Amino acid sequence: MARSKSAALDRKKLLGDPVMMGMIIVLLIFLVLFIVYPLFVLLIDSIYNEGGFTLHVFSKVLSMQRFRTAFSNTIVLGLITGVLSTIIGLLFAYVDVYVKMRIKAVGKLFNIVSLLPVVSPPFVLSLSTIMLFGRSGIITRSLLHIYDSDVYGLKGIVVVQTLTFFPVCYLMLKGLLKNIDPSLEEAARDIGASRWRVFTTVTLPLLLPGLGNAFLVTFIESVADFANPMLIGGNYDTLATTIYLQVTGSYDSTGAAAMSVILLSMTLILFFIQKYYLERKTAATLTGKASRARMLIEDKSVTVPLTLFCSLVALFVIIMYVMIPFGALFKLWGRDYSLSMKWFDYLFKYSGFKAFKDSFLLSIIAAPITALLSMIISYLVVKKKFKSKAFIEFVSMLAMAVPGTVLGIGYIRGYANGIFHSGILSGLYGTGLILIIVFIIRSLPVGTRSGISALRQIDKSIEESAYDLGAGSGKVFMTITLPLIKDSFFSGLVTSFVRSITAISAIILLVTPQFLLITCQINEFAEKGYYGVACAYATILIMIVYASVLLMNLFIRFFGTSKKIKGEN
Amino acid sequence: MLAESKGIRLEHISKIYQDPKTGKDFRAVDDANIVIKPGSFVTLLGPSGCGKTTTLRMIAGFESPDEGEIFLGDKAINELTPNKRDTAMVFQSYALFPHYNVFDNVAYGLKLRKLSKEEIHEKVMEILDLVELTGMESRMTNQLSGGQQQRVALARALVVEPSVLLFDEPLSNLDAKLRVSMRTEIRNIQQRVGITAVYVTHDQSEAMALSDQIIIMHKGVVAQVGTPQEIYYHPVNEFVADFIGEANFLKGKLVSKKDNNENDGIMDINGCMVEVTEIRTRKVGDMGTLVLRPESATLAEEGQLKCRVIVSCFMGAYQNYHVMVGDTLVKITDFNPKHKKIYQVNETAYVNFAPCDVHVL
Ligand SMILES: Nc1ncnc2c1ncn2[C@@H]1O[C@H](COP(=O)(O)OP(=O)(O)OP(=O)(O)O)[C@@H](O)[C@H]1O
Ligand SMILES: [Mg+2]
Repeated sequence: MARSKSAALDRKKLLGDPVMMGMIIVLLIFLVLFIVYPLFVLLIDSIYNEGGFTLHVFSKVLSMQRFRTAFSNTIVLGLITGVLSTIIGLLFAYVDVYVKMRIKAVGKLFNIVSLLPVVSPPFVLSLSTIMLFGRSGIITRSLLHIYDSDVYGLKGIVVVQTLTFFPVCYLMLKGLLKNIDPSLEEAARDIGASRWRVFTTVTLPLLLPGLGNAFLVTFIESVADFANPMLIGGNYDTLATTIYLQVTGSYDSTGAAAMSVILLSMTLILFFIQKYYLERKTAATLTGKASRARMLIEDKSVTVPLTLFCSLVALFVIIMYVMIPFGALFKLWGRDYSLSMKWFDYLFKYSGFKAFKDSFLLSIIAAPITALLSMIISYLVVKKKFKSKAFIEFVSMLAMAVPGTVLGIGYIRGYANGIFHSGILSGLYGTGLILIIVFIIRSLPVGTRSGISALRQIDKSIEESAYDLGAGSGKVFMTITLPLIKDSFFSGLVTSFVRSITAISAIILLVTPQFLLITCQINEFAEKGYYGVACAYATILIMIVYASVLLMNLFIRFFGTSKKIKGEN
Repeated sequence: MLAESKGIRLEHISKIYQDPKTGKDFRAVDDANIVIKPGSFVTLLGPSGCGKTTTLRMIAGFESPDEGEIFLGDKAINELTPNKRDTAMVFQSYALFPHYNVFDNVAYGLKLRKLSKEEIHEKVMEILDLVELTGMESRMTNQLSGGQQQRVALARALVVEPSVLLFDEPLSNLDAKLRVSMRTEIRNIQQRVGITAVYVTHDQSEAMALSDQIIIMHKGVVAQVGTPQEIYYHPVNEFVADFIGEANFLKGKLVSKKDNNENDGIMDINGCMVEVTEIRTRKVGDMGTLVLRPESATLAEEGQLKCRVIVSCFMGAYQNYHVMVGDTLVKITDFNPKHKKIYQVNETAYVNFAPCDVHVL
């Protein structure tokens, strides 16, 4: 190849830059060891048996009634949740962008709802659904006097997942709707089309790839979700919970490995469709910025029902969150609604402190490492060229599509007896370190994504000029790049802390009795029906999370780069 | 400033990129041979996409060449990373560090060189004085005007005493007036410091005003190297002639040569016999293209080339004519028209020029 000389020179220059070389090597090792290898082991596990390749494990798993049920359950759940979340998200987005809101509070409500998924532990909505509609539910039992209400099963999961995931769809679709040029719709309206016709013939077709995108994102989330099916699923087992039970109940980790491979293939395929087809198509159909402000709909027959519906949904979601602290403060949910601190007392009497200490400590160690790693990855991906760059970018995005349960099984199979059963690194298994690593891997894609978008906004010549003035890559990164993306770095720090302290799916498979984690405690107490304790844990957890987000906003307000750079003009 | 300026030599430098659409390789820079003398001010001039920036970035080390070798002084520098090269670049977007104030921006390179605090302070103040920014040390960069920002960028590059200064269209973000005063300033500072400068621009008047040498690039190839005068008066091809200033091209055949002077002769252009110079190696019977600058020609009742006027327009300082010589459009700017005959559209006239003002390709 004619271009080989410049490639060779680039390589030499890279070698002459030890910091960067070191960074790349460390990253490669880390990603291979903790993402590629565990997934690879699962694949090997399920096709390699007693010295030969076989599909035996797969056929065994496929013939298991339990697996088949779980498989179809998962798909059904994903479809329903995906469709519902997309529709509700679309309604919210439409109201937000197109409808004139007369009451300020409605806008506020929308804002809160769009922020909730960021700060909420995964199973909070399950808990409150049980407390609202369960056998001792405040609505079912105390208001409607239904004593045998059953929220468990598909309907419960669907409600909870939809309410958890629709805000994500809302935000995605809002961005797209804003990009539709109003003159397109006005033109159609001008030649006599009704509002509904304009929506179905102009807006909707333009939005179609975006809707598909939102649907797939939700579908993947739903399928990978572990905590909610676990808490409110009842007998409705999904793949994620079945895999968990296969390991913890039947001690069949080969079977679990095969199931994991199937679940993983499913999410991966959908992820690639979403990432490389729909996302591109969305960008292609909706490139133009809106040329001017949109005429908002004021027609009451449209605005009133839409706004009302969305406000009710939003209010409902907020009430569900408010349920949690009350759940912790009432003496006995469903029977005795007098206030007491007994659940908190109970919590702190029985190892509550340890749970908070362990969760907090592990997460606070994981957070800065994650934030730094994701900034380094984004830096390399955006600003540098080298051979393994595509691999690094690909693998760190791949982690986004891997369900936590699958990763957990991968770590069990991959590290319980050391790498490839060789005993190497076997000391890792069961330690706090592996939990920290899981936290890091689970938050890395999110941090990387936001890091990449932050870095793309920095003119590349700013770093080049530092490089040119004599700074090596490490120096450039520390003195120029990092200070400029301080905001994004800090929000990445907090996000990964929040994600870590609220994580459960992979962790629950790997945690040893030596560590008590809040999320696992909530799960355990909720399973046993001690909702008061579960709520007490969840309340404190929400407070911690909320405080960190508050801290982040304060920090960015007072020390953020944006203030220094933009604020003084 | 005691920077020891060094020369630069590009030997058979090529850079191959992949066309993002077709995936095919193409040569953004093709076999460039350039010699830049120490202390000289050299511009890379050419239309958009001709490979100027790529060439400059290869000198700075941001891009690696696919063929050839780059020398700084006597040293081959292909394998050096930008931070190890003794060059400093001034970017089009200034690329100031937005989180530092003026002082810290300028001091950045010195801090990397581990100078003492006092030394850094002294050097920064000295250089800020040179670019006339004294008193602005503690301003943030967004509190400066475009011209001041550009001077900070210049100071930041100068203060590390590089052997070579590189500029990539440093003035294109400024308004026209400031552009003119800044380029004078850049030239003055360069002269005072005596540093080698390579300057990329696509603005020919900027190139003319600044350069000791101009390097004209066209589609990745170095088309011509020379002083502004050489390039203007003796362009090597139609592209260069047309890119620098305006030019009319008239095709014709060489009918005779003067015996005493190899370089002079007579050309037949559209049936008119025209005296020309600079025919160089052409033989009688060869075709050639006459390059005629609009300002070198006038219209008169009689003269060298018969023509028909199709546009006649008074511009104040000159009368602007478009005339047809046969099938060829010729533009003429006839200066000082006040006391001259003005030709109207459709009149017949003759184009006049001095033989030494034209050039044959
Ligand atoms: N990284 C790259 N990958 C592929 N092609 C590139 C790359 N960088 C530049 N090119 C192409 O190489 C050619 C020369 O680019 P270059 O930036 O050197 O032009 P230029 O002369 O500086 O133009 P301008 O005056 O517009 O800045 C262009 O066709 C450009 O599209
Ligand atoms: Mg350029």
